[in-house]
Amino acid sequence: MSGPVLILGAASGIARAIARSFAEAGHSIQLAARNSSRLEDDAADLRTRYGIEVSLHDFDALTLDSHAAFVDTLPVLPEVAVCAVGAMGEQGQSEADPQAAAHILRSNFEGPASILAHLANAMEARGSGTLVGISSVAGDRGRASNYIYGSAKAGFTAFLSGLRNRLAKKGVHVVTVLPGFVRTAMLDGMETPGPLTAEPAEVGAAVVKAVEKQKNVIYTRPIWRIVMAVIRNIPEPVFKKTSL
Amino acid sequence: MSLLSGWGRYPKADCTLVSARSPADVEAAIVAAPLIARGNGRAYGDAAMNAGQTLAMTGMDRMLSFEDGVLVAEAGVLLADIIQTFLPRGWFPMVTPGTKYVSLGGAIAADVHGKNHHLDGSFRTCVDWVDVMGPDGAVTRTVPGDDLFDWTLGGMGLTGVILRAQIRLRAVETMYIAQETRALTSLSETLEAFEQTLDAPYSVAWIDCSDGPHHGHSLLLLGRHATAQDLPPRWHPFAVKRKRKLPVPFGAPPFLFRGLWLRALNGIYWRRGARRAGHALVDWDSYFYPLDALSNWNRLYGRNGFVQFQCALPEHSSAAGLAELMATIAASQTGSVLSVLKRFGPQSGHFSFPMPGYTLALDFPASERSLELMSRLDEITLAHGGRFYLAKDARMPEAVAKADPRTEAFAAMRKQAGLSDRFVSMQSERLGI
Ligand SMILES: Cc1cc2nc3c(=O)[nH]c(=O)nc-3n(C[C@H](O)[C@H](O)[C@H](O)COP(=O)(O)OP(=O)(O)OC[C@H]3O[C@@H](n4cnc5c(N)ncnc54)[C@H](O)[C@@H]3O)c2cc1C
Ligand SMILES: NC(=O)c1ccc[n+]([C@@H]2O[C@H](COP(=O)([O-])OP(=O)(O)OC[C@H]3O[C@@H](n4cnc5c(N)ncnc54)[C@H](OP(=O)(O)O)[C@@H]3O)[C@@H](O)[C@H]2O)c1
Repeated sequence: MSGPVLILGAASGIARAIARSFAEAGHSIQLAARNSSRLEDDAADLRTRYGIEVSLHDFDALTLDSHAAFVDTLPVLPEVAVCAVGAMGEQGQSEADPQAAAHILRSNFEGPASILAHLANAMEARGSGTLVGISSVAGDRGRASNYIYGSAKAGFTAFLSGLRNRLAKKGVHVVTVLPGFVRTAMLDGMETPGPLTAEPAEVGAAVVKAVEKQKNVIYTRPIWRIVMAVIRNIPEPVFKKTSL
Repeated sequence: MSLLSGWGRYPKADCTLVSARSPADVEAAIVAAPLIARGNGRAYGDAAMNAGQTLAMTGMDRMLSFEDGVLVAEAGVLLADIIQTFLPRGWFPMVTPGTKYVSLGGAIAADVHGKNHHLDGSFRTCVDWVDVMGPDGAVTRTVPGDDLFDWTLGGMGLTGVILRAQIRLRAVETMYIAQETRALTSLSETLEAFEQTLDAPYSVAWIDCSDGPHHGHSLLLLGRHATAQDLPPRWHPFAVKRKRKLPVPFGAPPFLFRGLWLRALNGIYWRRGARRAGHALVDWDSYFYPLDALSNWNRLYGRNGFVQFQCALPEHSSAAGLAELMATIAASQTGSVLSVLKRFGPQSGHFSFPMPGYTLALDFPASERSLELMSRLDEITLAHGGRFYLAKDARMPEAVAKADPRTEAFAAMRKQAGLSDRFVSMQSERLGI
């Protein structure tokens, strides 16, 4: 396995780590982000460390009508495409302002689903490829503290599950990544419990392994699978009174 | 708020930790409030701590270019990454401290030294230029010969935030070190051996400072990079191996550090070394970074943490000064597990630690008794014209730091250049820099 890997939302902390892990495994890398020229240093880093080829591509998950052309104009259809696009927003603002909430819904669900749909169709036509969606444990159950973000991720998780089901017999595999806390810009200023907080590099390594082993759904760190199983199984009459 | 400390876990303080991932982040932080940059937190004390704002630089870890051993990289890149990336291609850091988990920025800011200082000097030897962001957010590319360069190398982050630098690596034929171990039985024998082996590329001694029959016993480790011819047939010059790090899960009980135990420990270590004295081929990781094999070994000292004392003594008074330091340590029965002795050569720069002569480094559990002992060690060092390593310091009083006239000069320069109210660490406040 050494074909090109496309990283969507490549400026994200998790995406940078995933790009490094794939580059270390010998893949060439396509970095796609808004205003991609700011990623010159990241591209140089991947070339310097791993001696692989890197290209930069402008991409905005929210301009849906550009997605078909984006896929068409890639130098080659990638072997693996990873979507790390996401936005947490401010729960308080999302509650007060439905417009702001809609932006979070679109950034985490509509936009990522749209670009992966285009890539899925192209990979299906080719008969091979792997799609990786970075969703979140926040989508496993809606909680008062971040249910706007969580519901968008829930939608995205369901989308990935359906896509995997649809493409299972078409040579295209879909990996759902459910990170818990990861030490990136998204968590700046937040205190999170150490054992539940992963370094971006751990997520990078886990994603490459999941792609190689054709895993379906991974939690990073794995302890989150248990944590979320517990949270999902709290009866609603009890759950609604908690503050998790 | 994050509870931060240096590697010694003493002192600890709640600090507002801000992460820099780009030069724009650094500029925003500098504009926002006074700050100190933090690399990988391997300085022992409070050099990389500021309660108001500590700027984490490890997110700026991009390697920007590499050609013929010349690397341009952001300040947050670790030496460990540099070795992992370039040793398989035949390159190794020109100067390295005793742990590979230091950032490029931290290596520059402390102007670290290795086992080759007597021949090659400190880290500045391999630095071509440094990009420093100053108090107004402007970036200066400073080169050897500049005043700013001389203050930044060894300036402990107090001249601005180091964004990136260009360094030169050393070409090596293999990842092995040809090591020679000599077991010696007194300080004077050890110093004599150092003086006779000044042409050895690397040298370092572990010396017993405890009270009792082993006092002064030492193991002198000499080394040079092995060539391809040195290797037995079928050894790969750059074989990759992955060692598992042994974790230290909880604080060790303090009784481990009381006299009897220590004496026994040091004695065993010396006898084992003495039995194995002679020549050996050792891989780079075991030779340069024996302590890195235990992750979090700093927890061995328990929750209270530990403090390190490291001084440098000038050539002419080294023998007398070291003897007095070692006798005082032995008499105190405070014990020190790790006592490391190195030969220093010539040193340039305005504020770097090394000076031609010897350096002695020892760990002590953080306690009243250790702190008292260290005050006595301060006095002895000053009486012999020595000075102290800020990367290891967690507790020096201002007066001791200012016995070195360079401290006052640095403080004055900082004031004049408008640095002293932007770049501030708990250490710089404690020492009045
Ligand atoms: C086991 C062990 C062995 C050691 N052996 C040696 C040795 O043999 N020789 C030696 O010289 N040292 C040695 N040290 C000390 C270590 O090399 C230094 O403390 C080094 O500075 C640590 O780098 P760091 O990235 O962890 O920096 P930190 O500890 O995070 O910071 C150290 C200093 O560098 C400054 N700094 C860090 N990054 C920047 C930046 N980007 N811009 C501006 N300032 C910055 C900080 O403000 C602070 O003053 C050892 C330490 C340990 C734990
Ligand atoms: N950090 C965590 O704890 C955590 C936990 C669970 C899940 N996740 C998920 O992991 C993914 C990566 O997040 P991160 O932690 O690495 O945080 P991050 O650094 O904030 O990354 C989010 C990225 O999404 C990009 N993005 C947002 N809207 C976009 C748009 N319309 N078009 C293109 N790109 C857009 C951002 O690009 P710009 O740079 O252009 O703004 C940013 O790079 C996200 O999906 C996040 O929800 C993170």
